[in-house]
Amino acid sequence: MKETKGIWKIIGASSLGTLIEWYDFYLFGSLATVLASQFFPKTNPTAALLSTLATFAAGFIVRPFGALVFGRLGDLIGRKYTFLLTLILMGGSTFAIGLVPNYDTIGFAAPIIVLLLRLVQGLALGGEYGGAATYVAEHAPIHRRGYFTSWIQTTATLGLFVSLGVILITRHALDPDLTKSIAKFNDYGWRIPFIASIALVVISIYIRLKMKESPLFEKLKTAGTTSVNPLKESFGHKINLKMVLLALFGATMGQGVVWYTGQFYAQSFIENVCKVDFDQSRTILIWAILAATPFFVVFGSLSDRIGRKWIMLAGMLLAIVSYRYLFNELLVLSDVSNKMELVYLKQIKKTHTPIAHTSDTLRTVTNKHFFDDGAMVVETIKDTAFSTIGKTTIKPDVKMYKILDTTAYWKMVFFVFIMILYVTMVYGPIAAFLVELFPTRIRYTSMSLPYHIGNGVFGGLTPFIATLLTTIYTNDKLVGLLYPIIIATVSLVIGALYIRNKIDPQID
Amino acid sequence: MNQLKRLAGIIWIVLGPLAIYYLVKTAAGEINKKPIIDTWVQWGVFVVVSIPIAIGMVIFGYYAWKGEYDHIEEELEELKY
Repeated sequence: MKETKGIWKIIGASSLGTLIEWYDFYLFGSLATVLASQFFPKTNPTAALLSTLATFAAGFIVRPFGALVFGRLGDLIGRKYTFLLTLILMGGSTFAIGLVPNYDTIGFAAPIIVLLLRLVQGLALGGEYGGAATYVAEHAPIHRRGYFTSWIQTTATLGLFVSLGVILITRHALDPDLTKSIAKFNDYGWRIPFIASIALVVISIYIRLKMKESPLFEKLKTAGTTSVNPLKESFGHKINLKMVLLALFGATMGQGVVWYTGQFYAQSFIENVCKVDFDQSRTILIWAILAATPFFVVFGSLSDRIGRKWIMLAGMLLAIVSYRYLFNELLVLSDVSNKMELVYLKQIKKTHTPIAHTSDTLRTVTNKHFFDDGAMVVETIKDTAFSTIGKTTIKPDVKMYKILDTTAYWKMVFFVFIMILYVTMVYGPIAAFLVELFPTRIRYTSMSLPYHIGNGVFGGLTPFIATLLTTIYTNDKLVGLLYPIIIATVSLVIGALYIRNKIDPQID
Repeated sequence: MNQLKRLAGIIWIVLGPLAIYYLVKTAAGEINKKPIIDTWVQWGVFVVVSIPIAIGMVIFGYYAWKGEYDHIEEELEELKY
C-alpha cells in the first residue's frame, strides 16, 4: 500500500509537468496560422521563410537533438534535475512567445526571436518524455510497469486536448459578439494561452523540486557505476546500437505515424479536405480524445499481462487496414451533394467596401445554404468590382465551410474515436517497452532518441507529407494516407520479426 | 525464423538507399515545378533529415543479415548491470 501510495505521487508529479510541456508545444502548432500573420507576414519573403523554418526545424530536427543533449545529462547527473531543467526551458520559452511584440512593432527581430524560442521548445520536449517515462518506470512495482507508465502516455493526448480547449474558450470569450471575439483573438487574444501556461509551469516546477531521484539511478550513483559517456555507450557499441535501431524501426516509427494520423492529420483532414467549420473540427477531436483517453491505461495494463509487442503491432495493423475506410467515411459524412437543400431558406448577403484611392470596390457575397437534416454550408466569395466596364477579377477568393448536422457530427466523433483507439494501442505500452530495452546507466539517452525520431520526424512529418501527396496526386483525396500506411507496414513487419514479447523483464 | 530474419536483412539494407533515391527524385520534381525558396527549404529539410535515418536502416539491415537479432533475450540479460 505504501509503495502504491508513493508511486501515485511520482506519477502525478511527472505527468503534470509532461502534460504542460505537451500543451506548450501544441499551442504553437494549433495557432500556426495566427502566429504566421503576426510574426511572419507573407509580404516579406524572408520572414515567410523563417516561418517555414520555425514550423519544420523545431518539430523535426531539434527534438532528436534535445533527446541527445538531455538524455545524456539525465544519465550523467540524474533524471530529476534533467527533467526539471526541460520544464523550466519549455515553460520559459512558451511564456516568452506570448510576450514577443509582433512584426509591425519591432520588425525583423520578431520572427527571429519567435524562431529561437520555438527551437528551445523543441529541444526541451526532446528531453522531457524520456525523463518522465524513465522516472516513473524506475519507481514502478514489478508486474505493473505498463499500467503505471501508461499514465504518462495519456499526457501527450491530454496536452493536445487542453490546448484545443483553451484556444476555443479564449476565442469565444473576448467579446459577446463571436465575430468580434475571433477578431480580438487573432489580434491579441492568442497571447493569453501562452502567458497563462506559466501558472501551471510554476506549480509543476515546485512539485518536481520536492521529488527524490530515481531509486535505480541512486543505486548506480552509490555504486559508482553511472556511465561516463552515455552517448558513446548508447550509440557507439553494437550491442546497444542494434536495440536503438530495433526500437526505432520496429516500434516508434510505426507508433509515431499512427499517433499523428489519428489526431493531427484527422483534424486537419476534417477542416481542410472535408471543409468542416473550425470550431466543429476541434470539438470533434476533443470529444473523441475524451472518450479514448482511458484506453491508454487499459492497454498499458493489459500489456503487463500479455506483453507489449502484440498490442502495439495490433494497433498498427488495424490502422493499416482501416485508415482508407475511416477517412473515406469522414468525406462521406461531410458531403452535401446528396442532401436536399431547403432553397427557400437560402440567405445571400452582399457588401461593397470602397478600395482606397480607387473607384473600385471590394465585393463580398456570402451565401448560406440550409439542408433538410440541419447541415449548413457557408460560401464567401470576394472579388473586386471594377469601375472600368468589362474588367473582372480573374480569380475570386472563395472560402467555404460546412456546419455538420447533429447525426453526422457524432458519427465523425465516433470514427475519430476509433483512430485514437489505435493510438492508445500503439502508445499505451510503449513507454514500458522502451524502458525494458535498455540498461539503467544509459536508459535516458538510449530510449529518448528512437522515441523522438519516431514521433518528431516520422510522426511530425505526417500532416505535411500527407498534404503534399494530395497536391501531387490531385485526384485522390485519400492519397495522403499512403505515407502513414507504408511507414506503419514497414514497422509492423520489422516489429513482428525481430521484437521479442518477453513479459515483465527486470530493469535493474 | 532466424533464417527469415537474416534474409529480411537484405530487404532493409536495400530499403534505405531506395527511400532516399525516391525522396530526392520527388524533391527535384517538386522544386522544378515550383522553384521558390519555401519549396527548397521544405524538401531540403526532408532530404537532410532522412539521410541519417536511411543510414540507420542500412545498419539495421546489416545487423539483421549477420544474425545479431537471433539471440536478443540472452543479450538483454547480459546488458543489465
